Amino acid sequence: MRPQAPIPLPTRREALLGFATVAVSGPACAAGAEAIRFEGLYKSFGVLGFEFSDNVTALRGKEVRIVGYMAPPLKPESHFFVLTREPLAICPFCQSDADWPVDIVVVTMRQETPLVSAGRKVVVTGRLEIGSATDAETGFVSQIRITHAEFALA
Amino acid sequence: MRASCLLAAALTTSLMGGAALAQTIYPINRAEILEGSRFDFKVEFPNAPTSTEVTVTVNGKPVAEIFGRPTSFVQSEEGQKHSALWLRGASLPAGRYVVEATQGASKATVNWEVFATNEPRKARNVILFIGDGMSVANRTAARLLSKGWEEGRYGGELAMDDMPSMALISTSGTDSVVTDSANAAHAFTTGHKSCVNALGVYCARNALTLDHPKVETIAELIKRRSGMAVGVVTNSEIEDATPASMVAHTRRRSDFNDIVRMFHDVKPDVIMGGGSPNFLPKSTPGSKRTDNEDFIARFKEAGYALATTKTEMNAAVAGGSRKLLGLYNTGNIDGAFDLRLARKGTVSRFPDQPDVVEQTKAAIEMLKGNQDGFFLMVESARIDKYSHSLDWERSVFDTIMLDNAVKVAKDFAGERNDTLIIVVPDHAHPISIVGTYDDALPGQQLRDKLGVYQQSLPPNYGPRDAEGYPTDVNTSRRLAIAYGTYPDTCDTGRPFMDGERVPAVKGPDGKANIANEKDCSGPLATRKVGNLPLNANSGVHSGDDVILTAMGPGAERFRGHKPNTYVFRVMAEALALGGQ
Repeated sequence: MRPQAPIPLPTRREALLGFATVAVSGPACAAGAEAIRFEGLYKSFGVLGFEFSDNVTALRGKEVRIVGYMAPPLKPESHFFVLTREPLAICPFCQSDADWPVDIVVVTMRQETPLVSAGRKVVVTGRLEIGSATDAETGFVSQIRITHAEFALA
Repeated sequence: MRASCLLAAALTTSLMGGAALAQTIYPINRAEILEGSRFDFKVEFPNAPTSTEVTVTVNGKPVAEIFGRPTSFVQSEEGQKHSALWLRGASLPAGRYVVEATQGASKATVNWEVFATNEPRKARNVILFIGDGMSVANRTAARLLSKGWEEGRYGGELAMDDMPSMALISTSGTDSVVTDSANAAHAFTTGHKSCVNALGVYCARNALTLDHPKVETIAELIKRRSGMAVGVVTNSEIEDATPASMVAHTRRRSDFNDIVRMFHDVKPDVIMGGGSPNFLPKSTPGSKRTDNEDFIARFKEAGYALATTKTEMNAAVAGGSRKLLGLYNTGNIDGAFDLRLARKGTVSRFPDQPDVVEQTKAAIEMLKGNQDGFFLMVESARIDKYSHSLDWERSVFDTIMLDNAVKVAKDFAGERNDTLIIVVPDHAHPISIVGTYDDALPGQQLRDKLGVYQQSLPPNYGPRDAEGYPTDVNTSRRLAIAYGTYPDTCDTGRPFMDGERVPAVKGPDGKANIANEKDCSGPLATRKVGNLPLNANSGVHSGDDVILTAMGPGAERFRGHKPNTYVFRVMAEALALGGQ
């Protein structure tokens, strides 16, 4: 996933400017949500592409719960954020301009929500969507999304 | 400071009109330009004048007369507060040129040297090894680890040490004393100096990263002017700065999707590295493209064999392939320390990756049959990346790996005397050997264990394997290597067997970087306050000069102290790439 070229890449500094803390939405623990894990999202990570795991394929469109780390959000309040397997430590020069990890999950919330500080561990509940999609507003391309989501600190 | 922050600042300044006090001419003053090579000529005039308010001359004559082509003039370029005179794709015969841009009472002047290259061509082949971030301490430590040390003498020379020519190379860019790998590699591949983050362009006021004034790369020159084959080999993502410098023209090194297209435009015969996601259409899970271009398919259509593992690479070589796209990892290929000792990183996910030595062997095998010779660039990329993360063992293992690749090239060159081999770092890191950590020394703190001067006894690492790597570095007496820049971090004095060191992590305010607590709890762990700005989470480059060694026809030109652009000049001269 990568912002499209015409949209200026926010620097980390910009992404964090004015970043206030932290109201968290209610306990993200809807009944019946299947727990999924970053480790089990893909069956294979080949050079020529990934394969979704059977579990993820089976849960497409269903309520799921996943624990991960909130990546530095674009804005303090937003409809969406990026969830990563590990806290995102951005390495100047060495990580090709702070490229995203390959197995991120894009979280789209029911409403615009104040986000927590970058790098916090959160539990997200919502509807699982898989397959390539491009966000109209930001140009983000994603493969795995959780929509109609809520989150809580984990 | 991150490169992208610098870029953002630069772009902001330009968009705001900046302090545009004088006319700016590209190529810049003291540019050395290869005769017949292509470059974009641009003059920017502050305060958006009309074309009648300005005059530009080259050696006192109108620009169009000198270049034999008309210029174009854009008032208020892109709506900005400057006007621009352009001539894209210019070239000149050898000579000295004085360019003057006059606007009212203000006159700007730059001088260019356009240099010829003599026939006959001296070298059939050129192999350029780039040790990314390889500093003097990397070489010394690699020699110590791979050759041994006894009573003040090393057990042998590195392949890169044992070369007849040597020079001290300065690495600065046009904008700053300390540069990055994009601009530094660009100097080798174009002969022009540019600014941080830039590849194959001068840094003008253009808003879009691909619009800046371009200069031709050596791969483009070779493909345009000769029948030589070209190879680009790295263990970073293939779109990363150093390999990209062979083909790319962008103000922003992170334009990976554009850079893949540029590789396809130039079509080096052998392309090997990591970074496959930018080749995949966005409909493929794991893609990082924003369009549905399938560059795997497009390279195949262009006659390339595809390899995604070492086995496939070797099969392509055995099958007689002359064109290969080798992509062995979604990210960077794992370094020698993880491939051999620790088995961390992505080794379990990508269990059949070639290392730089195996890639070099395969590349030479595929290129050497080409009738008009070849140009091969090989990068050991993670010497730098591991120094950023202050993980010196991994950095030094990858220095040994580079040296083994140099050995492969020297074995190929043998007695042929037709192959110019150059080994050069693109920039330095502030890294130094300061002694050894000796667990036998008394005391409870890491600093008590640091043996300096007469107590800096040689390390008792495990025996070396056939390729010169120690089989164990997690021993009781270990080399002590210090980095001069660091964020808040914890030193352990031991190798990081559980995976590459992460010196710092984002703090609770989401801004400042704080020590990675994972490393702070061991028996000798020592917390230290960083000396870098708080937004840095790893070490930074240094502006120190670097050591170049070379052999083969043309190598004798290297001596004393030279700017990094001189590397291009020597290669262009050896291959006689000049001429109208």
